[in-house]
Amino acid sequence: MAKAGKAADSAAKGGKLPPAKELLQYYRDMLLIRRFEEKAGQLYGMGLIGGFCHLYIGQEAVVVGLQACAKLGDAVITSYRDHGHMLATGMDPKGVMAELTGRAGGYSKGKGGSMHMFSREKHFYGGHGIVGAQVPLGTGLAFAQKYNKTDNVTFCYFGDGSANQGQVYESFNMAELWKLPVIYVIENNQYAMGTAINRSSAQPALHKRGESFGVVGRQVDGMSVVAVKEAGEEAVAHCRAGKGPIILEMMTYRYRGHSMSDPAKYRSKDEVTKMRAEHDPIDQVRALLLGNKMVDEDALKAIDKEVKDIVQQAADFAQESPEPDASELWTDVYVEA
Amino acid sequence: MSIEILMPALSPTMTEGKLAKWHKTEGDAVKAGDIIAEIETDKATMEFEAVDEGVLEKILVAEGTEGVAVNTPIASLRGDDEKPGTSSEKSAVPAKKAEAPKAEAPKAEAKADKAVESAVTAVKTPAPELKDPAIPEGTQFVSMTVREAIREGMSEEMRRDPKVFLMGEEVAEYQGAYKISQGMLDEFGPDRVIDTPITEQGFAGLGVGAAFGGLRPIIEFMTFNFSMQAIDQIVNSAAKTLYMSGGQMGCPIVFRGPNGAAARVAAQHSQDYAAWYSHIPGLKVVAPYSAADFKGLIKAAIRDPNPVIFLENEILYGRSFEVPKLDDYVVPIGKARIAREGKDVTLVGYSIAVGHALAAAEKLAEEGIEAEVIDLRTIRPMDHDTIIQSVQKTNRIVTVEEGFPQSGIGAEIAAVMMEKAFDYLDAPVTRVHGKDVPMPYAANLEKLALVSVPEIVAAAKAVCYRK
Ligand SMILES: Cc1ncc(C[n+]2csc(CCOP(=O)(O)OP(=O)(O)O)c2C)c(N)n1
Ligand SMILES: [Mg+2]
Repeated sequence: MAKAGKAADSAAKGGKLPPAKELLQYYRDMLLIRRFEEKAGQLYGMGLIGGFCHLYIGQEAVVVGLQACAKLGDAVITSYRDHGHMLATGMDPKGVMAELTGRAGGYSKGKGGSMHMFSREKHFYGGHGIVGAQVPLGTGLAFAQKYNKTDNVTFCYFGDGSANQGQVYESFNMAELWKLPVIYVIENNQYAMGTAINRSSAQPALHKRGESFGVVGRQVDGMSVVAVKEAGEEAVAHCRAGKGPIILEMMTYRYRGHSMSDPAKYRSKDEVTKMRAEHDPIDQVRALLLGNKMVDEDALKAIDKEVKDIVQQAADFAQESPEPDASELWTDVYVEA
Repeated sequence: MSIEILMPALSPTMTEGKLAKWHKTEGDAVKAGDIIAEIETDKATMEFEAVDEGVLEKILVAEGTEGVAVNTPIASLRGDDEKPGTSSEKSAVPAKKAEAPKAEAPKAEAKADKAVESAVTAVKTPAPELKDPAIPEGTQFVSMTVREAIREGMSEEMRRDPKVFLMGEEVAEYQGAYKISQGMLDEFGPDRVIDTPITEQGFAGLGVGAAFGGLRPIIEFMTFNFSMQAIDQIVNSAAKTLYMSGGQMGCPIVFRGPNGAAARVAAQHSQDYAAWYSHIPGLKVVAPYSAADFKGLIKAAIRDPNPVIFLENEILYGRSFEVPKLDDYVVPIGKARIAREGKDVTLVGYSIAVGHALAAAEKLAEEGIEAEVIDLRTIRPMDHDTIIQSVQKTNRIVTVEEGFPQSGIGAEIAAVMMEKAFDYLDAPVTRVHGKDVPMPYAANLEKLALVSVPEIVAAAKAVCYRK
């Protein structure tokens, strides 16, 4: 991965070291996602979570860095690899975990599961299982934001594999044509299931994919939350200023298999180990905080403990919450007029 | 404090697996994320990572043990608590003391405390009767999974005809998302077994064009849910062009992949599209149940000069049936099969619903009702004659399908019965089907949404006017 550098390097290069408070917040938010996902994997292995379950481990910096640029009313929409996005928009870990176990206390009352969760309150618009579908949807959210004369923006996330969907380019064209405030965040974790990007993409530099429509694109080290935040600020400013859409290609990496049943034979163990050892987004922030003597170990330990407790409470809630009532089978098919 | 390590579930449909290899031995230190064992299912070999930290105290299930049920304790770990940054808390399922299963008697009892098996995977798939004029007296049979049967059928046709190729997502290097095409890249090479980008509309349309150009494409959809992105090309280009060209432009193509509900994958990944494609003149629609029919019909579909929608079922992939050992076993499109003979009531279904109907027939037999089960095998063109002949005998019919009721296959059969068999009916045609709601994720709701054996039994009794 060309762009990912060590945290110390990138902070040194950029010269701008964020204040301790900000870094601590990133550390906490990313750790919450990581621990939450580890717990979800564990509950899956125990048969408490079923179906598909796509973990976000390794990619935490992307959504945490971008949510740090968001303001109230900004919308988020993504694919099925969505637990991290929900936590980052401030959705309650208990409600998310209970949806994973299919219980009444889940965000969709147990009816949606891992891939389909939503929160109007937090402006999180899902959770979509069909590859590419969220891209026109996110463009439509931005259309509504502009129509309603807000200065809000939409963060529309999709993967490197999804970037080959035709509807993505239909969206780019409309968004640029109508100057819609949408940030297309391509989470380039370099694989779509078992397909490495160079086996599926004639133009693997995904940030260039908007060029023929005039959509600006940037490639960003998605393992560095500091770099993500910086790029996010520029993108948000671009959109709020009415300049139309922008593409952020986040160079990132998923540590786990595509979903739970992926034997991951398409990449070497060394590749994964190296990425974890040299580019881990959480370790990078930890190194910045400790290396620059901004905090001591104890401060981080306190956060570790806090996060661990939150996740344990979520897991407990997700197992104690009852199954949805049988009558729920028939509700929510239509809005009662 | 000792922590039990349980046999993990590694995929939506896994209920048991083989403990293929231990990577750690008793006394080894284990860190969260360490690979401790390899587990083999019928789909794949997976590495199993530790979620807890400690010392591997005791291995409870020996390596090489087959059929280890999910949630069986396989080892115990002595935790050394409170290391920062690791999840070292105890597994949330309370550890019960379990007997160490012996390697010779490996069917370990699972701890089903809270874990829920999907109603989908719990489905029974009884063997149908295999009467077929194409199977000569004295033919040998081999037991084969549906997965193997489809693979064999495709491979035989690819050996026969160099114009046949297979294209789809993950069909080549990954060996198929559901391992249908395992080994085919090796045999046929990358020119004929082709991985695509995730562009269903694109590669379905490309396939139609290639068929116009003289090739015989097999286009795999990872699941038929994703064929919705391609349905325009299937309906408007593949199905209609022969007619629009006054008979010049035939389109010999097979669109295939799993259809219908898999286990706990929720609304966007659990739908039966049989009725959708069945609506379209110019398409043939095939949805077999047994491995023999999967093999014989995939071969017929590939040879057919028309576009064929070949609907498979993820749950059936791993089920085994007897398949005739013949060099070239082809089952004609458009012919239903009597899967079980009976005289009191006709149950008619396709795909996995045939399994439900056969299971219901067993139950009904216990109560003295002899149900005749018809496996439609082809949805379009539909074999009306076989259904009518059965109804002439039983005077009662219940349709069974996983799909939604409105404009469904049951609705179609009911209309045909009205038009062609009204005088033979002693009771109204009754439909049993998936509930008229998107598929819910929660295990209890999913079970309610799916068509079930008790519902079929109740419907059959109702048309027999039996309590
Ligand atoms: C239209 C469609 N085709 C296929 C799939 C099956 N599928 C689910 S995820 C996936 C890979 C997507 O990869 P990418 O966009 O890179 O996202 P990532 O999983 O890496 O986050 C595929 C092929 C699907 N859900 N929808
Ligand atoms: Mg990807």
